[in-house]
Amino acid sequence: MDKETLLDWYRQMVLIRRFEEKADELYQLEGKIKGFLHLYIGQEAIAVGSIAARDPHDHVITAYRDHGHALAVGLDAKNVMAELMGKATGVSGGRGGSMHLASKELRFWGGYGIVGAHISLGAGLALAEKYRETDKAALCYFGEGATNIGYFHESLNLAGVWDLPILFICENNKYGMGTAVDKASANPSIAGKAKAYNIPAKTIDGMDIFEVYNETKKALDAIRKGKGPRLLEMMTYRYEGHSIGDRTRYRSKDELDEWRDEKDPIALLQNHLLTEHDVSEKELTQIQDEVDAEIEEAVAFSDESPLPEPDTLFDHIYPENGEVR
Amino acid sequence: MARLTLREAITAALREEMQRDETVFIMGEEVADWGGTYAVTKGFLEEFGERRVRDTPISEMVIGGAATGAAMAGLRPVAEFMTINFAFVAFDAIINHAAKVSYMFNGQFDCPVVFRAPGGGGKQLGATHSHTPDVIFAHFPGLKVVCPATPYDAKGLLKAAIRDNAPVMFIEPVPLYTSPKVRGEVPDDDYVVPIGVSDVKREGSDVTIVTYGEGLHVSLDAADELAKEGIEAEIIDLRTLQPLDMAPALESFKKTFKAVVVEFGHQTYGIGAEIVARIQEEAFDYLDAPVKRVAQFDVPAPYSGQLEKMALPNAEKVVAAVKEIL
Repeated sequence: MDKETLLDWYRQMVLIRRFEEKADELYQLEGKIKGFLHLYIGQEAIAVGSIAARDPHDHVITAYRDHGHALAVGLDAKNVMAELMGKATGVSGGRGGSMHLASKELRFWGGYGIVGAHISLGAGLALAEKYRETDKAALCYFGEGATNIGYFHESLNLAGVWDLPILFICENNKYGMGTAVDKASANPSIAGKAKAYNIPAKTIDGMDIFEVYNETKKALDAIRKGKGPRLLEMMTYRYEGHSIGDRTRYRSKDELDEWRDEKDPIALLQNHLLTEHDVSEKELTQIQDEVDAEIEEAVAFSDESPLPEPDTLFDHIYPENGEVR
Repeated sequence: MARLTLREAITAALREEMQRDETVFIMGEEVADWGGTYAVTKGFLEEFGERRVRDTPISEMVIGGAATGAAMAGLRPVAEFMTINFAFVAFDAIINHAAKVSYMFNGQFDCPVVFRAPGGGGKQLGATHSHTPDVIFAHFPGLKVVCPATPYDAKGLLKAAIRDNAPVMFIEPVPLYTSPKVRGEVPDDDYVVPIGVSDVKREGSDVTIVTYGEGLHVSLDAADELAKEGIEAEIIDLRTLQPLDMAPALESFKKTFKAVVVEFGHQTYGIGAEIVARIQEEAFDYLDAPVKRVAQFDVPAPYSGQLEKMALPNAEKVVAAVKEIL
């Protein structure tokens, strides 16, 4: 992997983290973001590493913790922040909010708020590629908490019987809201659940961006060759609560410290860059400063952006061209 | 021009749309090898192949969700729920996803999916397999809900539904599928019946009957009875429940000053409740009498044929309701 690529990964991961820290502040201190807000801090290596491994025509679809994926597919932080602030310039025009970011152009089909439901949409995206006989795939992200709902099982089963070109990516951060995985899953191995449907699956380190990238690449290669669906269980940790207002009483501070201090995905990549690629501290500081400026710009842009016009309230209930063609 | 049953008209629409547009395909339980449990897609597997006629596992959640995802990605799936009762299992996929993706993502995504759902009671299938739950699907903005009562409308509306970029719940009254009485003329040429347009099915000047689906045929029978006594009923077939076109019903009501609503769903919070509300909101000055409702009684469908029949609308009940307000 060349240095330029790794520095870009680093920049993306820092961007996601700073974006989330700023969103948290805008929500809790300034009241500029309302509703639900699910932060991606700690899980950055997964969105950045796996999306780096996709072909730009592959589909991406995820759950409600979607800011990281939105930024990793290439959405501008300005329009993502504006969406969080409910502005007309937001990626979903202020109609979606934090959980419903999307970009048709970037083949990012959205964040979704009903746990597990979008896994079935992902199967549909993959079906469209299979139907058209392309070599494109769908990358479908969800938490381990989503693997106990019917949607997950029905979608894996359908992907199996129809040989759909889909990569299921389970971001296993150990807790579905506040319920630990072993309290919720009779089989706490998500890879194990996939194997029940004869879907090849692997559990990997989701904090290590190299492993995420390499395993995603391998899985997508197999899928492109028509070998059917794959599942990757990526072990990770969210440093913040499930959403704003969650005081994480269900887990210990020691556990959090262990992940944050010893396995942090940004620190891991940073060390690698410093020791293996002759990158200087100064270069990394410069990237951080650039990201900070980008975030400030995103906030200023969002502040200045107009709210959606009242006369647009009823727009898009049906697709624009929803009439008979 | 051929005289088709309602079911034959639906089959013809599906076949023609699949021949016309390569992106149209069928998925659902027993649609391929079996040919559809109501034989609507009989022979389709042989004609179109297994890529376009896809048997699914018994998995309504993913039938609803995968059809939605495929539609967002540009295909035109016709997803069949073996019966509308099983669409309850897919309610989240239909209402929270298919019906929301256009609005929630600011018009970025089309969702040209058709959910075919055979429904209706009267077949002694018991409480869980006899629903006419049309109103609950029509409650939510974002989903179009269509229910034809004649072969002509069935073919034209299904073609319109398949060509529409919005998700459409296409409800098929099973009791009308093969009824010889319902059989009717259907053009061989391509045509569509626009979604969201109600239709006058019988002209009359004494009372307005607003109905759709099975209710149309019960109302037509009632109108024949009433005509023997010199009472001329005008019958409005809604055809589409969402978006609702009230114009023909209101126009008729402003002429007759009296109305009865006939539906096969349960009465409480039903289609009739909405129609009555619209009439009093938009034509209050024309009200000469209470607007009556004839609907399924508020009781789970009993298995016993005699009991089940009691709970459902029929021509006698419609005649009685009309006479009450004349």
